[in-house]
Amino acid sequence: MTNTKKQLMKGCEAIAEAAIQAGCRYFFGYPITPQNDIPEYMAAQMPKVGGTYLQAESEVAAINMVYGAAGAGARVMTSSSSPGISLKSEGISYVAGAELPCFIVNMMRGGPGLGSIQASQGDYFQATKGGGHGDYKMVVYAPSSVQEAVDLVQEAFDVADTYRIPVMMLADGIIGQMMEPVEFTKKSEGRKLPEKTWAATGWDREKSTRERAVINSLYIEHEELQELNDRLQARYKEIQEKEVKVELYNTEGAEYILCAYGTVARICKSAIALAAKKGIKVGLVRPITVWPFPTKQVHDAIAQKSVKGALVVEISAGQMLEDIKIAVNGEKPVDFLGKPGSIVPTAEEILNKIIELGR
Amino acid sequence: MLEQNIFAGFGGQGVLLMGQLLAYAGMLEDKEVSWLPSYGPEMRGGTANCSVVVSDEPVASPIVTQATNVVAMNRPSLEKFESALLPGGNLFINSSIIDIKPKRTDINVYYVPCNDIADGLGNPKVINMVMLGAFVEVTKCVDVENIVAALSHKLGAKKADLIPLNREALKKGAEAARATK
Repeated sequence: MTNTKKQLMKGCEAIAEAAIQAGCRYFFGYPITPQNDIPEYMAAQMPKVGGTYLQAESEVAAINMVYGAAGAGARVMTSSSSPGISLKSEGISYVAGAELPCFIVNMMRGGPGLGSIQASQGDYFQATKGGGHGDYKMVVYAPSSVQEAVDLVQEAFDVADTYRIPVMMLADGIIGQMMEPVEFTKKSEGRKLPEKTWAATGWDREKSTRERAVINSLYIEHEELQELNDRLQARYKEIQEKEVKVELYNTEGAEYILCAYGTVARICKSAIALAAKKGIKVGLVRPITVWPFPTKQVHDAIAQKSVKGALVVEISAGQMLEDIKIAVNGEKPVDFLGKPGSIVPTAEEILNKIIELGR
Repeated sequence: MLEQNIFAGFGGQGVLLMGQLLAYAGMLEDKEVSWLPSYGPEMRGGTANCSVVVSDEPVASPIVTQATNVVAMNRPSLEKFESALLPGGNLFINSSIIDIKPKRTDINVYYVPCNDIADGLGNPKVINMVMLGAFVEVTKCVDVENIVAALSHKLGAKKADLIPLNREALKKGAEAARATK
């Protein structure tokens, strides 16, 4: 029996194709490994659907082009890897401040500085706690397979439009470079998207029936700035209530709970299989949205009676670890395994750490 | 079934393609597959390798650290990945250019003179297909016809005339594997 609906695609290419299928028609970017397959794919495919691909002169220019296109109501995206996202962070703050929707992909590589081109998870703080200045948030998706990345792209654009906020896909270089079978069957979740009445699409003093659209993030009067921030915070609260996505794997009645996202979560699943052979019942909590963070689900999985402790695994010095600790609130011991130097923990290392915790 | 494979050699030997064809063939058989290349500066003329997982269950880790099968197309690959094999695993050695023997005694070793066979077929480029023929013959990971289907997809209609040569390479590789055991 042969299955011909599936395609074997690299994560980067699959994300780019999913974006086009989600109606994205503008891509502005600047090259950096390990995400170059996204702009490469966009350069080839965007013209075929009447879209625009443009390689900007820098990351700063690219994100400001995104800002402009988003202000005009377009479905627009950019992609980069860690150092490039740092350069884009000022622009992302402006996009958030101007209440605009856009989609940003970060294929994380090692840091700080130019770091390495290998996979890393060192940008968790940057993605979930800020990056740019000011009290803003992005919805941040952390896929752990090529198929999941594809499925989340449509959702990312819809969520961006629903709440008028920047949405990020936070993946590691492995997700970007790996090939897996994918199907492009997922349609939108049936969200009723608001009309973009705020978009600057052209205005005529005589003919226009609506007010002139102004795309702006500058509020000199502090009362007005307070109003913007109140509006944003109310929206973030609604997102926290409605948009959390999390996978609970084998958690019920587990002795230990692993916490991980992205590629590392898959390695944890291998470790869980190894542990089962040794008679140790281990579960996994995998945040799919790392913001909004699944605080309640993490708490409930780890606080259950059977659990002796939690182990957070990351390719970082321990960033998501802090959100896990906040969720657990001291009710159970929380341990950490990970290295910040682009070194991916193996399933055997994770298993050994679990055994060590049991002693 | 869970086959965790490492294909390794130097850039230009078609090591990454070998892995891709296996992954694609597995997908055609509705198996769960993943293909992960080593990427980085070392790929320019240096060593190249990829991890390919073929499984009945969803693939957990795509990174292979405990391999059921290792393909070594050159000596540094053998030296690097011999230790990654699980006991009872299969080690495929391109014996045309690898002049050392593995140290392990708890594994199955197959010597396939890929370059010699490819030269005999009149095209040194098919060394990877010779080795893949041996690999599929021993592991039964996928049906060899799906390897051919994967290659047809990869080559496209314009290069379809290369299929008979590659089919022959797969066959010769399988014969070599049978002879070596």
